[in-house]
Amino acid sequence: MKEILEILESNPRIEPGEIAAMIGITEAQVASKIKEMEKKGIIRKYKTVIDWEKAGEEYVYAIIEIKVALRSRTGYDAIAERIAKFPEVRSVRLISGGHDLSLTVRGRSMKEVAFFVAEKIATLEQVQGTVTHFVLRTYKEDGDVLFEKERPERLAVSP
Amino acid sequence: MSYSRKSAQNALLYPREVMPEKFVAEKVRQIPPSGIRKFFDLVLEMEGVISLGVGEPDFVTPWHIREACIYSLEKGATSYTSNYGLLELRELISKCYRKEHSVDYDPKNEILVTTGVSEAADLAFRAIINPGDEVIVPEPSYVSYKPSVSLAGGTPVPVPTYQEDEFRVTAEQINKSITKKTKALVLSYPNNPTGAVMRKSDLEEIADVVTENDIAVISDEVYGKLTYNGAHTCFSSLPGMTERSIILNGFSKSHAMTGLRLGYAVGSAALISAMTKIHQYAMLCAPITAQMGGIEALKNGDGEVQKMVREYDRRRRLVVSGLNKMGLDCFEPRGAFYAFPSIKSTGLSSGEFAERLLKEQKVAVVPGDVFGECGEGYLRCSYATSREQLLEALARIEALLDSL
Repeated sequence: MKEILEILESNPRIEPGEIAAMIGITEAQVASKIKEMEKKGIIRKYKTVIDWEKAGEEYVYAIIEIKVALRSRTGYDAIAERIAKFPEVRSVRLISGGHDLSLTVRGRSMKEVAFFVAEKIATLEQVQGTVTHFVLRTYKEDGDVLFEKERPERLAVSP
Repeated sequence: MSYSRKSAQNALLYPREVMPEKFVAEKVRQIPPSGIRKFFDLVLEMEGVISLGVGEPDFVTPWHIREACIYSLEKGATSYTSNYGLLELRELISKCYRKEHSVDYDPKNEILVTTGVSEAADLAFRAIINPGDEVIVPEPSYVSYKPSVSLAGGTPVPVPTYQEDEFRVTAEQINKSITKKTKALVLSYPNNPTGAVMRKSDLEEIADVVTENDIAVISDEVYGKLTYNGAHTCFSSLPGMTERSIILNGFSKSHAMTGLRLGYAVGSAALISAMTKIHQYAMLCAPITAQMGGIEALKNGDGEVQKMVREYDRRRRLVVSGLNKMGLDCFEPRGAFYAFPSIKSTGLSSGEFAERLLKEQKVAVVPGDVFGECGEGYLRCSYATSREQLLEALARIEALLDSL
């Protein structure tokens, strides 16, 4: 099971038949295991990693750290879930350290992101303060390096 | 007349064409050029070739190991080390053999760090061979054993292995090849090029033959970590074998460190000190940067090794099932990173098939006969290359089969 997940995590387009060959079970077994894991929500969805910049679409990302003043017994969940509902917000995490929540926000321009934070996030009742860090460049995302990969030059034939 | 003037005069009187070839020793002249070399030249002339001909990992050395090498340079570790290698590295190797194989080697004088396993193999042959001694070399095998034995003044005695036996050499075959002159037996499992591994019971039978005839064993176990479905049995872990065997091992394959040239030999103090005698004059010591990397590899490298082994294992199954599906009879390799399919059904020789595959479909493999006569009719396909490339290569091999 773990092996199937590892393979799919690296590339969800590998066919069940090929996975079957790789780990030495039948194609039908692979297909049914995948279905089962999809049903259980172990596999939540299949996504595509896109280089938007290369596609000519410009996006601005910012990491927003938030200090929260807890008001009710609902704790962090209520405010975090509320923030997560904004489509501009790409990720929401509860963190340790000087701040409580960390968000990733995506917009079309710095102005758009800045105004979104000022108008929609900073104004929330429980938000005590925000710090906005604009992302200048991403080098590694979710385990994948985004700069030129190392390509060792091996001899074409060697003993 | 002064000496110099006389010789200048002689040169005028007898103008001679210099033929530098004549200086080359007879022994070297007699060694046939590597069959791989010829193929390599062919590949160089072409573009867009997918190569399954590579005998090294497609992974870069894990970053933590490279980082340790860089840091050692920053600290100024650029000196010679002990001839035996850094003590810390030898201690780690010793610990590793105790833990993994329950064999004790004293880091002080039973472990020698070398510049790659190739050097260790050469040293081992030179340390034990007297002129005319015979060394049994099961084939197909890595290309350097036979020439190294010859250069050391010995006579290599090839013993063929067969697909029916899953390319394992049998105790009976070894027994039959032993003469009064036999000095040693070479074992190289997991095997390059077949991917064969020996079962413990096979090795025990061989150990009996070796004891009965009182010969030494040189066991090249550089692919030991790349053993699938089961653990590798180190030859010296068998009762009574520690004293008479030299185990060769290294970091090239397990830790993807080929270019750093780091290997080692472990064995009884008598044999290791004999090898060290040659090593101290020929090599002095293995490069310290590589040794620093080796220390890091043994301390913290297990996770990365396991990750690479898992990945090889997946590709192995993919390639073997792919080859069998297209009708090429391929036995299941259980070690190293090579598949060794038979192409006998096509009626072509290994060389012909490999050449046509290269010219018509741009896939490079190594013809099996390069690794010994009994490798004729087979191809060595390395699966140490990306999944996408493997699938494309398989498709191209099938296209060639269809066109035959």
